[in-house]
Amino acid sequence: MRDNAVTGRLVIRRCHGALSLQDGGRQGYQRYGLSGSGAMDRLAMATANALVGNAPDTPVLEFGLGGGSFVMEAGQGWFACAGAPGTLRIDGAPLASHRTATLARGAELIVDPPREGAFVYLAVAGGFEAGAVLGSVSLHLRAGIGGVEGRLFRSGDHLTFAAMESTALGDRTIDAVPLDRDAPIRVLLGPQAERFTQGGIDTLLGSTFTVSHRADRMGYQLDGPAIAHGAGGYNIVSDATVMGSIQVPGNGLPIVLMADRQTTGGYPKIATVISADLRRLAQSRPGDPIRFEAVTLATAREAALRRQRDIADLPGRLRPLGGFDAERLLGANLAGHAVDALREGP
Amino acid sequence: MSAPQPRLLWCGDTAVTIEFGETIDPEANAMVLALDRAVRDGDIPGLVEAVPTYRSLTVHLDPCATEPNRIEASLLALIGAVSTETTPRRLWRIPVVYGGSFGIDLADVAAHHGLSADEVVSRHAAADYRVAMNGFLPGYAYLSGLDPSLALSRRESPRPVTPAGTISIGGVQALVASIAAPSGWHLLGRTPVRAFLPGRDPVFLFEPGDTIRFLPIEPERWDELDRAAGAGECIVECETTP
Repeated sequence: MRDNAVTGRLVIRRCHGALSLQDGGRQGYQRYGLSGSGAMDRLAMATANALVGNAPDTPVLEFGLGGGSFVMEAGQGWFACAGAPGTLRIDGAPLASHRTATLARGAELIVDPPREGAFVYLAVAGGFEAGAVLGSVSLHLRAGIGGVEGRLFRSGDHLTFAAMESTALGDRTIDAVPLDRDAPIRVLLGPQAERFTQGGIDTLLGSTFTVSHRADRMGYQLDGPAIAHGAGGYNIVSDATVMGSIQVPGNGLPIVLMADRQTTGGYPKIATVISADLRRLAQSRPGDPIRFEAVTLATAREAALRRQRDIADLPGRLRPLGGFDAERLLGANLAGHAVDALREGP
Repeated sequence: MSAPQPRLLWCGDTAVTIEFGETIDPEANAMVLALDRAVRDGDIPGLVEAVPTYRSLTVHLDPCATEPNRIEASLLALIGAVSTETTPRRLWRIPVVYGGSFGIDLADVAAHHGLSADEVVSRHAAADYRVAMNGFLPGYAYLSGLDPSLALSRRESPRPVTPAGTISIGGVQALVASIAAPSGWHLLGRTPVRAFLPGRDPVFLFEPGDTIRFLPIEPERWDELDRAAGAGECIVECETTP
């Protein structure tokens, strides 16, 4: 096969929500106050990448509660979306998520905002190209680095990728790993659970919280009953945070720290979301209910190993699609049914 | 005096914090920084990165790499062998414009302590500070070593924005801020030095354990130094001390 090194160019005609470039994030800079960033839903990013034949952490476009319209200005490429369920349209024709599609020069791709969930990932075969900052292209908005000029994408920006002339990839699909939306989010109590009363811990584990509108890549503030601190109050000498730290400030309402969080914090952390369940929290949007369940470190590690296998198994779970037109039509029908089902909702 | 006995606190399945104390304590911080060196020189299975703070070291890990009890055993072995013997330190001399529009709380801090503004500046600039940790936002250096006579609890209402390069105090802590952010601390001055500047080598200036001294400068020098620093030039002196 001849290697045609054409640069593909995708122009953002319009977009809304938090649109950024993300990959596996940065490692090694939390000691300088810079958190890791990277995709909020790593499995969804890996799924979109697997569909187009990329390594799991290849740079993707992350849509946070938003969508956009894109035009192929140069080259062509294979694309796939994964993550929160939504619809895509190519030149007006609906297409299901979790399958590959080609975009020819001049074609328009529309990614509609997801009807449920929060983050959609768009991958292109070969990966989007951008200058890495400290080892990653991921946008860290607060630090003003990564992505395009350290900011969110806006209309008129363009994305480039190494366009492939090859059609070898083919139409293929994958069954998304289910999100298990109704199950509680699993946490490990601590590191500062002892700074809370037993009643406070019971509130965390026995209540239904909702994701507030103060939810972004830095953290998800939850609404619900106030969690009671112990006699020591709500100030601690700052220590380090992780993605998933549940800190409880003076008003008792928990904030779960996420990918672009502050690296240290002075509020006690009652519990920590286990790594395997971070995507389920990430894919919750304002108004969604959240319940927590305490598990052991052994259970958390088992879940992490399973998640690692989920990602490793993605390429083996790809299925070719048969007749292009028939499948494309099927995709359109599926998308249509999903829309109808939601219209009948409560 | 024996070293404080640390506690191991898991932060989910991706990190473990080794806590040497719950207060700001130079001895605990010395242990943290010593353990930080040992962890980075050691071979903790699945180590991603280590984050020192005033009173604890958080070790971020790949949870799939190995069993938690093996990690705990490796850490306990390192803790048992750690030594806080002094190692060469880097000393930074940071130019600061104090007061006026550069440090809008200087007069209030002085009034609160019954000191003149000049006396506050002179006490703030006389100390040798230790970078106890970097945290919160990229390049924010939290310092220990503030003259206790300047200590002042945080403002009741934080300001929504404070400028990049702000030099401030809060409680017994002192801070070099890198980028603009909300803050409830008292603003004494500003430095043109960029503690964090993407595209410059190094991107971050201060390592935990470094020593910092503040060097008062006249406001007239701000523009020139600020331009040079913004362009990535080195406007700060750094020397290694035994």
